[in-house]
Amino acid sequence: MAAPADQPVGRIRFMDRQRVNLDGFAVEDPGLGLVALRSPADPEPGLVISGGRVTELDGVADPDFDSIDTYIARHGVDLTAAAAAMSLPDAEFARRVISPDVPRDEIIRLSAGATPAKLARVLALLRPAELGLAMTKLRGRRTPSNQAHVTNRLDAPLLLAADAATAAAFGFREIETTVPVLADAPSNAVACLIGASVAAAGVLIQCSVEEALELELGMRGLTSYAETISLYGTEQVFTDGDDTPWSKAFLTSAYASRGMKMRVSSGAGAEVLMAGAEEKSMLYLEARCVALARAIGAQGVQNGGIDGASVAASVPGGLRELMAENLMVMMRNLESCSGNDALMSESDMRRTSRTLPIVLAGSDFVFSGFGSIQRYDNMFGPSNFNAEDIDDFLAIQRDWGIDGGLRTVPAGRIAGLRREAALACRAVYRQLGLADFTDDHVERAVDAAGSKDLGDTDTLAVVGAAHAIREGGLTVLDIVAALDETGYEDAAEKIMDMTRARLSGDYLQTAAIFDESLRVLSLVTDPNDYAGPGTGYEPGPARQAEIDTIRQARGVADLRAEQAAAAPAGPARLLAPAGPAAPGQDPRDVVIGVSPAVGRDVWRSLSGLTVPEVLGELLAGLEEEGCTGRVVRFSDTVDLGRIGLAAARLAGSGIGVGLQGKGTALIHRRDLAPLANLELYSVAPSVTRELYRLLGANAARHAKGGTPDPARNPYSDEAIEARYHTTVIALMALERAWVRPGAAAEELSREGLQ
Amino acid sequence: MSEPDAVRGLSGRPVGELTLEAVRRGELGLPDLRIHPDALEAQAVVAERHGNPQLAGNLRRAAELTGLGDDEVLAIYDALRPGRSTPAQLTELAEWLAGRGLPRCAALLTEAAEVYTRRGLTR
Repeated sequence: MAAPADQPVGRIRFMDRQRVNLDGFAVEDPGLGLVALRSPADPEPGLVISGGRVTELDGVADPDFDSIDTYIARHGVDLTAAAAAMSLPDAEFARRVISPDVPRDEIIRLSAGATPAKLARVLALLRPAELGLAMTKLRGRRTPSNQAHVTNRLDAPLLLAADAATAAAFGFREIETTVPVLADAPSNAVACLIGASVAAAGVLIQCSVEEALELELGMRGLTSYAETISLYGTEQVFTDGDDTPWSKAFLTSAYASRGMKMRVSSGAGAEVLMAGAEEKSMLYLEARCVALARAIGAQGVQNGGIDGASVAASVPGGLRELMAENLMVMMRNLESCSGNDALMSESDMRRTSRTLPIVLAGSDFVFSGFGSIQRYDNMFGPSNFNAEDIDDFLAIQRDWGIDGGLRTVPAGRIAGLRREAALACRAVYRQLGLADFTDDHVERAVDAAGSKDLGDTDTLAVVGAAHAIREGGLTVLDIVAALDETGYEDAAEKIMDMTRARLSGDYLQTAAIFDESLRVLSLVTDPNDYAGPGTGYEPGPARQAEIDTIRQARGVADLRAEQAAAAPAGPARLLAPAGPAAPGQDPRDVVIGVSPAVGRDVWRSLSGLTVPEVLGELLAGLEEEGCTGRVVRFSDTVDLGRIGLAAARLAGSGIGVGLQGKGTALIHRRDLAPLANLELYSVAPSVTRELYRLLGANAARHAKGGTPDPARNPYSDEAIEARYHTTVIALMALERAWVRPGAAAEELSREGLQ
Repeated sequence: MSEPDAVRGLSGRPVGELTLEAVRRGELGLPDLRIHPDALEAQAVVAERHGNPQLAGNLRRAAELTGLGDDEVLAIYDALRPGRSTPAQLTELAEWLAGRGLPRCAALLTEAAEVYTRRGLTR
């Protein structure tokens, strides 16, 4: 059918239907700030120091400094390093950034003397692979880590607790929750605290809500870090956000004064979305944010787009810009919480392409929120990776042999932890008079893959519980006491351990996390020492085993057990040996040659049909066309061509069928070379009963001298090889184990095959 | 990093006394769990040694703020938001902080008063 005149051809219509075309792509437009790495309006890097203070910053003179310039000029530039940094040519600076021979400390010292425009120029020079190398070298903490979002549409506490326990079990060291209903926030914080404490020690909890409430939850010890303190790259947008550099500096100190870890949040696209980019590039504006983050004394930055990630992704070079943002944070000697927390594309390939380089390079936190719950339950909006992608992520870690912070958890352990977390949360809510939940609700929360599995819930009860926590002035001590009194002493101890550990303040240092033994890993205690191949972080043997051992991995022993399960039970005569195979005389005699392990260790083919079922269909097909089949096992080779040819040479008709236990089948003729054949089913997993029967019938037609329409391989668009190759390797090992060179062919009983 | 024996809560209670037993006896309160200014000062020294004087400065402002109540802290934060305070109010707040023994926080307010006036961020 021809395309209508007003429509593109089928190839284009087909391409149009692919998911990537749901994404928005913007024409680069510096006037709107829709430009990634460099805009004509970006200032030339420049720094003038006179009288021991900065009098000109990136082309702006002191009297014209806006509030951001002022704060950076007064607090954010190391004047002792300024001359060296600013006089270094951009390309030479960039070369030092990636060179393993230039120590991290030297880059940190130089960067402290560089202006925002200077760092933006330098980072715009780095190619993608260079960004990755630089990230491996420059992140503060040696050991990479990961952060999870734990939220749901209903703020259902038991589900939050079960999901927090699940996230902690998977290895996330920070859990960030938020609310669809602001008033629920205290309840969410408590539920996540309880759940995480059931599964692991030392998981940091955050409840992202408006500043005052977030600070209050932290002051009561219910949460332990914060990261949504936003910075912006232009004064106008900063002011529209109802803050100034000084209010943010004060807030930063306020969090630290209550012993809370805190990082600020910025990233490309925020200014563009507010129509306030002032024609500057995304990278330059972010360079101002990161310089300011350092200047106000924040220990780290969450950036890499964040809410604006898809804005950056819409322009040329946008993903490079996002990764450069993270790297800039590391160069400013701050903790990088590296974005990847907003779904930036409808295309699985594009969203993976956005995240993968950072996962491979390793960051302090490779996600500033991996959605550990399903997309629909993520109240931050879907993350770039979510519960849908956890197995993918675990496989990617294993594929590349890198540590993305996660690990496989046995299904039974997940079930046990979810149950304990839900029960502990119910017990605490009951003990403190906050709310009560039914046994049925507990069961649903334990089993739920998401809040849609909870059935009807009492959302007002959550509001009531949250109100009681807030107005009752409940603190972490009340939670500890309630856990202890209701029989969850272990979780209570874990929270007390953490409470003690927080008092030293070690976890306020840059890039600090607690490991599961409550040791602080930070820029101070676990400094990145990458200096080229063979240096820097490598997973230890135990951690490497966690990364490598995914639950889907199968060995020969697993497969042997699966095959044994398909073997006939009891003393059946199925495929029993029936004496040496003799040459046939009947011109209607067709031999089905089978591989060495058939009737011994291999009983089920890749299609799921048992080997006797396959043989039954082949025999039936032969009979339909008036031939008779014999089943003969050849134990001297695993090669299907040789088996098929040997079968043909035994057959009275000169036609043989070769069948490997895994299901691959062909038709052979006695005068052909071993690797030639008449018809072949090479895609064993997709062959059906009907196709095997057709192959039998065609073999008979060949035997009668006919020229049948060849059976065709059932090709599909699935990754058949990815799915079955490991099984094929194990099956062939089982076959190979039965090979006996020179062994005579033996006839097998046909009893029970039809 | 820090000597465990030296670590105390804001109340002065040694960290070793923060036990589940003490919770059961009802002995503990939030001041026992809150970070002590000495711990923040110790961390400031560490931050300085690790190439981040700005983080050190922040931790020292934080040490000062341990002496203020939650409401006072939030009130100062609010006063620093754009358009909330007149220059005089910010200056008065700075003087009050200096009087309470928070010189670094006072300096932050003084600087804010100057810059806010120049950039139109005052009320």
